[in-house]
Amino acid sequence: MIQLFKLKKNGETATKGTTKRSSAAQLRITKDINELNLPKTCTTKFDDPDDLLNFKITIAPDEGFYRGGKFTFSFRVGPNYPHEPPKVKCETPVYHPNIDLEGNVCLNILREDWKPVLTINSIVYGLQYLFLEPNPEDPLNKEAAEVLQSNKRIFEQNVQKAMRGGYVGSVYFDRCLK
Amino acid sequence: MSAEGIRSRQFSCLRKILERAGPVCHPDFEPSAEILNFISNDCKVLVIGAGGLGCELLKNLGLMGFRDIHVIDMDTIDLSNLNRQFLFRRKDIGKPKAEVAAEFINKRISGCNVKPHFCKIQDFDEDFYRQFSIVICGLDSIIARRWINAMLVSLLVYEEDILDQTSLIPLIDGGTEGFKGNARIILPGMTACIECTLDLFPPQVTYPLCTIASTPRLPEHCIEYVKLLQWPKENPFECSIDGDDPSHIGWIYEKSLERAACFSIRGVTYRLVQGVVKNIIPAVASTNAVIAATCVTEAFKLASSCCSTLNNYMVFNNVDGVYTYTYEAEKKDDCFVCSPFFRVKYMDLPHDGMKLNEFIEFLSGLQYQMKNPGIVAAFAERNRTLYMSGVPSIEEMTRDNLKKSLKELNIINGTKLIVTDVTRPTPLEIVIRFSEINN
Repeated sequence: MIQLFKLKKNGETATKGTTKRSSAAQLRITKDINELNLPKTCTTKFDDPDDLLNFKITIAPDEGFYRGGKFTFSFRVGPNYPHEPPKVKCETPVYHPNIDLEGNVCLNILREDWKPVLTINSIVYGLQYLFLEPNPEDPLNKEAAEVLQSNKRIFEQNVQKAMRGGYVGSVYFDRCLK
Repeated sequence: MSAEGIRSRQFSCLRKILERAGPVCHPDFEPSAEILNFISNDCKVLVIGAGGLGCELLKNLGLMGFRDIHVIDMDTIDLSNLNRQFLFRRKDIGKPKAEVAAEFINKRISGCNVKPHFCKIQDFDEDFYRQFSIVICGLDSIIARRWINAMLVSLLVYEEDILDQTSLIPLIDGGTEGFKGNARIILPGMTACIECTLDLFPPQVTYPLCTIASTPRLPEHCIEYVKLLQWPKENPFECSIDGDDPSHIGWIYEKSLERAACFSIRGVTYRLVQGVVKNIIPAVASTNAVIAATCVTEAFKLASSCCSTLNNYMVFNNVDGVYTYTYEAEKKDDCFVCSPFFRVKYMDLPHDGMKLNEFIEFLSGLQYQMKNPGIVAAFAERNRTLYMSGVPSIEEMTRDNLKKSLKELNIINGTKLIVTDVTRPTPLEIVIRFSEINN
């Protein structure tokens, strides 16, 4: 019979040598992808179904400032996944306080708050949330953030202008309406 | 009186068991005051589920001296829970079960510290589960049971192929359905795990649509016919079926009777209609009480080593009188979950002419009971995704593979497949072996 009292009395628990099997990233991403459960506003695109480490996800928000737009993100899953988050970039030029003009995305779970228990699904929900609730507190595009903070109506007009294709200030945005 | 003084009085009954030897004690048992301290201060217990079984489990653990308890439940309280989930009151409806249950116990049992987690078990990783000494499940979901089972197995550490017992976390699993219940102890890696005895859980009954539509044999077939086909067509109340609306059930009952009469099928009753439509499994408070009591007694025995534990599967039935029976469920040597990770897992298939869709049906069948397997072949040069049903873009690109035979997909004796499924926290790596090769 197992003597739990004797085994665990010292609070010792074996942790060493936890099993690391071949290409953990590959195994884990296979599971993440198979269990993707996306809202109907999101679609995936795999150029090569055999390569699960590189893919694109398109979000078409159905409410908020960005309703009617269509934004594509590229995902690159590195060999240290899930200990490191995937690299996510926005490929559609967008006027957004938390996404800069190079497509870098400021989302907490993509950096400081990433945890291995999070999945690709969690990231997509995070991105979706960015479009519903752009956050001017933590900006990558400072001008957009300032406008959002000072005048919501002008911000909304700028977003519309950008999504229809055109200049906001000196920056040109491609059309990205559905 | 000091806090310790109060506690020693609070648990004076337990001290009689833990500080004295007796004729039914385990031969290796050494009575001591240390044991109660271990139970109260060092033995961290995780309870999964704060429903019918969970309420009983938490109450029992608290009264048996356990103080460091965590509880996970993803549900909120519903009116229909209140008759048996006795930690909840009418004012709690809509609140998370885990939080209300923890608050109740902490208030009621002095010194007890239950920490609630209002989330899914899948939201936690290995580091979270590794902190516990014992895990007790009071779940109604087989998928969740299989997931936590595989999680605890994945925490096992082997040194030179020998299991390091300090890495072992016992799993005590309780389950009830109406007047029937079971309780079992799983020592991951040592005794039969959930997956070793998967055939004890028959897959949930669904009837093939063709049977329902053209060759019904059972009263359930007739009810399903009305529910699935006749209701959407005739739409008598111009809304979807509400199982709690007597006029809806009444309509389905009448139509089912008509259909049953056409095929000379007997046994359609109003209650059966309710049961089939709402998919009801009645919950019985006394069954929950018996099973939870068994589970916590076993937790106490494991934690104290005072008595031999259940070996290892107890079934309970109080439909007519009270019946129990205990037997030793057998560990499967080649279990895909609990056989040691360093042992290659083989899957034997009849022949390589098997089509991929037949293979997927095989994985979903009684033996493996997977839900939505995603399959990737790990070829030496690169991985190849064979099929994934859940991702539309991949499904579309791999759909043609379904009709191909495994041979056509270049799967030969010894090919490694990676199979992922919701029933497991990690993907399964299996090596395929064919009994027969077709030329």
